[in-house]
Amino acid sequence: MIELAAKGAASNVQKFKGQALSWESKSGIIELVLHREPCNELGSLSLGELEKFAAALADLERDAHALILYSDRKSGFCAGADLRELYQRSQGMEPSEAVRGVRDFLERIHHVLNVLDAAPLTTIAAVHGVTFGGGFELALACDLIIADKMARFCFPELRLGLIPGFGGIPRLKRDLGNAVVRDLLLTGRSFNATKAQQIGLVSQVVGEGETLRAARATAVQLGKFARQTAVTAKKFIKPIPYDELRREIDLFCELFPRPAVQAGLKKFVESTDVQPYLP
Amino acid sequence: MQTAEKTLDEILALAAAHFKVSRERLSPDDDFFKALGIDSLQTLDLLTKLENHFHVELPDYELQGVSDFRTLAGKIQARL
Repeated sequence: MIELAAKGAASNVQKFKGQALSWESKSGIIELVLHREPCNELGSLSLGELEKFAAALADLERDAHALILYSDRKSGFCAGADLRELYQRSQGMEPSEAVRGVRDFLERIHHVLNVLDAAPLTTIAAVHGVTFGGGFELALACDLIIADKMARFCFPELRLGLIPGFGGIPRLKRDLGNAVVRDLLLTGRSFNATKAQQIGLVSQVVGEGETLRAARATAVQLGKFARQTAVTAKKFIKPIPYDELRREIDLFCELFPRPAVQAGLKKFVESTDVQPYLP
Repeated sequence: MQTAEKTLDEILALAAAHFKVSRERLSPDDDFFKALGIDSLQTLDLLTKLENHFHVELPDYELQGVSDFRTLAGKIQARL
């Protein structure tokens, strides 16, 4: 439920509390918090609420200069797509029907992430712990990433026979270049916040539990500058790779019905291995 | 050059402190999943903690199949 409550003469507080995420806007800063157990896996519930947020952003951004995106789950920022839901939904379907469902999901989440990527305010992902797959892609749609020193980043999709599907490859290539994408994508390895800062992905590395404080301090700083200049600068320096994003959806849908992918998803979902997150 | 023994000792101390178990309860040949009572996500925490402490980068695929502290210490020692 979205609430609009007058709080004092000068500032309106807008709030939403959902099952997977919540947001609140006050004093020019929107805070979007992910809170779905176990680690903010992105499935239909999260997507529906992210779509609500994307729709509400047109109103929210009128009174805001910054957005902070973070997780209040101890395990991390986001473990990526909800693979259990993906696997279970595709069971019993004809491959063509399953691909249609996957394409619809990807189109919808790409829309949300494109809105976030292009939003006329400065966006900060404050990440800790697991920032994998779709969670990494969510952070990549933001303008700045502030990382807890215990954060880890990874594109594990290849071990399922897939590629990242939420815009990760084009956005990482835009921000860091092709060699970094190849390293992460083709090895499936994860790397820590220090490495992420060394390669230019992360703007600040902070102590454990300090990301939100650092993001809030940064958001206050952003508010000191002319809003329209910041918007112009962002638009100039952060082009959205729409053609590659579109191609990524097509490639993902080409790969999805392959037997190796179905076998990989089944293995992950049914795994009792203590190391399923290790490629 | 840090000795392998010191590396192993530091790993045991770090793991004990991070996962709040008694250092005396941990032995080099213990299965760290069982000894620490951790799952795969917590293993990533341990990996990050060790990388930060030793200032090394340890690709996680090198840890595939590694489950005891001594072998883990060997992997880290090779990158010091």
